[in-house]
Amino acid sequence: MFKKTLLSAVVALGLGGNAFAAGDAGHIEDIAFSFEGIFGKFDQQQVQRGLQIYTEVCSACHGLNLVAYRNLGDHGGPSYEADQVKAYAAQFEAFDPELDDYRPAIPSDYFGNSNDENAPDLSLMAKARAGFHGPYGSGMNQLFRGMGGPEYIAAILNGYTGEEMEQAGTILYANTAFPGGWISMAPPLFDELVEFEPAHDNNVEDLAEDVATFLMWAAEPKLMDRKKAGFVAVLFLTFMAVMLYLTNKKLWAKAKRKD
Amino acid sequence: MSGIPHDHYEPKSKPEKWLHKRLPIVGLAYDTLMIPTPKNLNWMWIWGIVLAFTLVLQIVTGIILAMHYTPNITLAFQSVEHIMRDVNYGWLLRYVHMNGASLFFIAVYLHIFRGLYYGSYKAPREVTWIIGMLIYLAMMATGFLGYVLPWGQMSFWGATVITGLFGAIPGVGESLQAWLLGGPAVDNATLNRFFSLHYLLPFVIVALVALHIWAFHTTGNSNPTGVEVRRGSKEDAEKDTLPFWPYFVIKDLYALVVVLIVFAAVVGFMPNYLGHPDNYIMADPLVTPPHIVPEWYYLPFYAILRAFTAEVWVVQFASFITGGIVDAKFFGVVAMFGSIFVMALVPWLDTSKVRSGRFRPAFRFFFWLFAFDFMFLMWLGAMPADGPYASLALLGSAYWFGYFLVILPLLGLFERPTAVPETIEADFDSHYPPKSAE
Repeated sequence: MFKKTLLSAVVALGLGGNAFAAGDAGHIEDIAFSFEGIFGKFDQQQVQRGLQIYTEVCSACHGLNLVAYRNLGDHGGPSYEADQVKAYAAQFEAFDPELDDYRPAIPSDYFGNSNDENAPDLSLMAKARAGFHGPYGSGMNQLFRGMGGPEYIAAILNGYTGEEMEQAGTILYANTAFPGGWISMAPPLFDELVEFEPAHDNNVEDLAEDVATFLMWAAEPKLMDRKKAGFVAVLFLTFMAVMLYLTNKKLWAKAKRKD
Repeated sequence: MSGIPHDHYEPKSKPEKWLHKRLPIVGLAYDTLMIPTPKNLNWMWIWGIVLAFTLVLQIVTGIILAMHYTPNITLAFQSVEHIMRDVNYGWLLRYVHMNGASLFFIAVYLHIFRGLYYGSYKAPREVTWIIGMLIYLAMMATGFLGYVLPWGQMSFWGATVITGLFGAIPGVGESLQAWLLGGPAVDNATLNRFFSLHYLLPFVIVALVALHIWAFHTTGNSNPTGVEVRRGSKEDAEKDTLPFWPYFVIKDLYALVVVLIVFAAVVGFMPNYLGHPDNYIMADPLVTPPHIVPEWYYLPFYAILRAFTAEVWVVQFASFITGGIVDAKFFGVVAMFGSIFVMALVPWLDTSKVRSGRFRPAFRFFFWLFAFDFMFLMWLGAMPADGPYASLALLGSAYWFGYFLVILPLLGLFERPTAVPETIEADFDSHYPPKSAE
């Protein structure tokens, strides 16, 4: 009969993630990202394309202050070679408190803060937003589809309807994914806005998915290590459980008159 | 130390005798490990071990996290991300610690509901129960303090809301709140003391756990029948019990590992599922999140807190007879703490002579309704506090108090329990018949 309790407890787990009531939340589509699921991995090419989109488009306003250039060489992300990382960093300037001046950035420098104070930092954006809620506060959607952070980012980038309105001197843009429906960020992506080398699909939907993947890596750079560790732990613990089950069975056999 | 007759440790070699005369620590360890344990314990008696393991897990991961964490409002959020990104296996430590809190609470709720179902709290185990409730309160405090440390949006606003509860106490409330926070609002002083207390309380829990174990080792374990172990002679006791080692150690380890499979899967594949996305945004005193929601394990009590609004007649009545001193906010705070207080009093509220719910059909109905009520309140705690949810939360809260204050006292007088087995041995034999009887 306590199985019932156990079952209810499992259902209750769902309640944790359901903070938001559906209400005015926007529409978010599920995307089958390569990094989802137990064996999910970042597509290295896709993360690199995402970095390029971030560099050419997003970084005009948005910062990435928790990510260092050196992270671009880390395993499990864009995984650039050391000289590529150096070359990438050298395109930018970093403020050096010892020189009290700017100098060319080196791999140990960070991407830095947003240029526009109204543009939020993107380092953790893929974890600081959720795409899926409910149903009825049960959290089941997040259990089966994930939290939906990267989906939220992609949906925002894809969600512009073209409508605009002015409110207190600011232009707001209609967006089907943004809570409330109006966002102050102008549509940042257009078809073929970024050219890849080698060439790759670059319509808005493709660019949105690529940059969402890059931001998921930025938010959770150890994702691949984590999934691998989780899988090994589950495998090892399952083996332990089988061993202990057999030990326990044998141990109790005499007491239970089953030997 | 157990009241059940059994073999005790006898020092044999000379050094053993020497030590035993001066400090009988080996004897204590032996008696603790070899304690006669009712042999009919079912799988709901495994949560104690899960809890002990989780306590150690949280302390070990917590101590290492503290080596890399910085309790300062300008650095705390970044230091947590430093742990996640730069510290070797920091992401693992932090995710284990974060989800370890949830494991702790799932286990403690199952442990408490097992006690409620099988009447484990009844004489002579009231002290074990009371200490258990104190552990639970200390866990709630520790969990809350820890949730503030990453200094995310929910950390900050959760701390603001919860410390605000103390502000609702008439007269001394505001001074008390300022004293807790170290200032007029949640700020650096708050973060520093919360870090200090978050490090302290787990060791208080360790001490309480030692008392908890000492208490139930003195009375002996309860068991699914609620029938006591025969203590007339060692031979009788041995018919009802088996030594903790190896029988229950191996059984509990098996159960623990099965629980840990689920835990490892959560940490490995969905570590943020039980968290709140807003806590990946650094605390900002100028931006209030649209919904401030506590962690899942506080939700039932959060629902009770919010259920008693100024429109509720009991609140209006309390306000009227106290001349307005008790307002809706304070009433809610009293109700929330009261809901745990009435649970702590259950050994004296339950009037039934029969201990286990297994032999109380009427009780079982109300118990499962109570278990449902707990889940129901948990769900309501996560929903907005208006519209139909407000009335439903009031209904759920009413049943919570009704269960302890009305149903349990009356049920013992009116219900007709079914036949209770004579001995634990008889119960065990009915499941595993002796060979000769086959």
